[in-house]
Amino acid sequence: MAVTIAKEKWTSKVGEMELGAGPKAVKVGGETSLSFLHFEGEIPNRPVLALEVWDMEPTEWPDMVKKPFEGVLADPVAWAKKSVEYGADVVALRFMSAHPDFKNAAPEECAATAKAVAEAVDVPLIIVGCGVEEKDAAVLEKVAEALNGKQCLIGCATEKNYKTITAAAMVNGHSVIASSPLDINLAKQLNILMTEMNLPANRIVIDPLVGALGYGIEYGYSIMERARMGALMGDKMLAMPVICFVGQEAWKAKEAKSPDEESPEWGAQAKRAILWEVITSTSFALAGGSIFILRHPESLKHINAHFNKMMESNAY
Amino acid sequence: MILIGERINGMFKDIREGILNKNPEPIQYWAKRQYEMCAGFLDINTGPTVEPQDQPAVMEWLVKTAQEAAPLPCCVDSTNPDAIEAGLKAHKGKAMINSTTADQWKMDIYIPMAAKYNAAIIGLAMNDKGVPKSAADRVALAMEIVVNCDMHGVPMEDLYIDPLMLPANVGQEHGVEVLETLRQIKTLADPSPRTTMGLSNSSQGCTNRHLINRTFLIMSMACGLDSAICDVNDDLLLDEVAAANLLLNKDIYCDSFLKTFRSR
Repeated sequence: MAVTIAKEKWTSKVGEMELGAGPKAVKVGGETSLSFLHFEGEIPNRPVLALEVWDMEPTEWPDMVKKPFEGVLADPVAWAKKSVEYGADVVALRFMSAHPDFKNAAPEECAATAKAVAEAVDVPLIIVGCGVEEKDAAVLEKVAEALNGKQCLIGCATEKNYKTITAAAMVNGHSVIASSPLDINLAKQLNILMTEMNLPANRIVIDPLVGALGYGIEYGYSIMERARMGALMGDKMLAMPVICFVGQEAWKAKEAKSPDEESPEWGAQAKRAILWEVITSTSFALAGGSIFILRHPESLKHINAHFNKMMESNAY
Repeated sequence: MILIGERINGMFKDIREGILNKNPEPIQYWAKRQYEMCAGFLDINTGPTVEPQDQPAVMEWLVKTAQEAAPLPCCVDSTNPDAIEAGLKAHKGKAMINSTTADQWKMDIYIPMAAKYNAAIIGLAMNDKGVPKSAADRVALAMEIVVNCDMHGVPMEDLYIDPLMLPANVGQEHGVEVLETLRQIKTLADPSPRTTMGLSNSSQGCTNRHLINRTFLIMSMACGLDSAICDVNDDLLLDEVAAANLLLNKDIYCDSFLKTFRSR
């Protein structure tokens, strides 16, 4: 019997999503194989990298992350521009000021900030709330309206607030981040609920709420891998691109936060912290991640180099 | 689980009359209906009333008529090679040939035909001596089909071995042998050949036919059954397949899994 090279044949594909309008719009998804296996299918789009911008000064961020944005941290428009200069494909604007524990900013204030940022940069925007479900629904409703037609990605929609957010996205032409806590069944069910409201499946991205290296990365990894295999085998309700909020997780790790003098045995923070964000991202890229929200521009540079290499065809 | 809808067969009265009167209505009704009921293929059989010399033309008409009504591939079902080839010629997309036995002269006709038309093929684990009694003999015949497919470059994912279930009222002892055959077929090659079964055969002439069909289908799925030619016009059968898919880890759970299965 002749030797046949065994290649996995998948029957389906990940949905393709377009983010942003104009020349800097990006596409994500569309894969017909597991990540970067160019010899088994099509990998039409490179994963995209976003830098996170807050609408208020993040006083608790480690100095190392604040440093590259010195002077712009209190000004989301300037911060967003700076992020684009650093090479971000996308700007992820987080409305932390809306949090009741911070400024409890009104949805209208957030909408005005969103508009100003959208006018200042030409890359696509990801709009993220403060994480309080009820408040996020109110904020995103107004922000979505203010950014009508910009094809943003808004979130995070959960089981509790998906209705308002999905409706706001549909009316204003945006896509939605669907968050569920590290559970593939819940992720699938939320996608079903959102598509039942007539939001097209290719306007949803899955946020599995991943953890950083050393903090449960393997749970996120296996769920993403399983979702991707489900998608490739024809499960349309899992065939969405996956977003990974890496920056917020990586910079929570003590291995990233701890300065040189505190843990000299761990090596220089400048190197170690960046590696923490880079390794977390590249691991999730292998599991099928498409959109990465980062905090440090140096990490972005390294991950970009990695993705450029991984996108070179290895077809045979 | 790939369900092959059995209903477009000249053995059924409405289809037979459709064929005799050149009336596409019953064929198109069942093509659509079975499509809605999750069929992945439409089995197409002219039935015994059509004369052999007329079978190719009738098969061609049936395939075209069915594919006009539903976006599904067909499982071209006949004992007449000319009818099979006529069906394959008329077919759009990737068809399935139903079927060859393990007799060399038949494999020499149908397997090259599958290669030529890039079609899948069902291989029956039997030969001119009949249906074997034991699992071991069924598997030996299956292996001959595997080797012949390999020789002609038909990939294993295009070969569907049918271990041949006999009606429970006349061949009760075959049930366990069929289940064992399904398990062993999966070890014959890597990647392994696929499996299928004429499900309604298991309950021919029995009472509570649907119950027997459904039960045997689920038992067989647990042993490695990949597809079945069956009556998809059975809501309970679809629900049970959906549940079995979950339990076999072939589908990822969600609360609306029954609905999701049907909205494929």
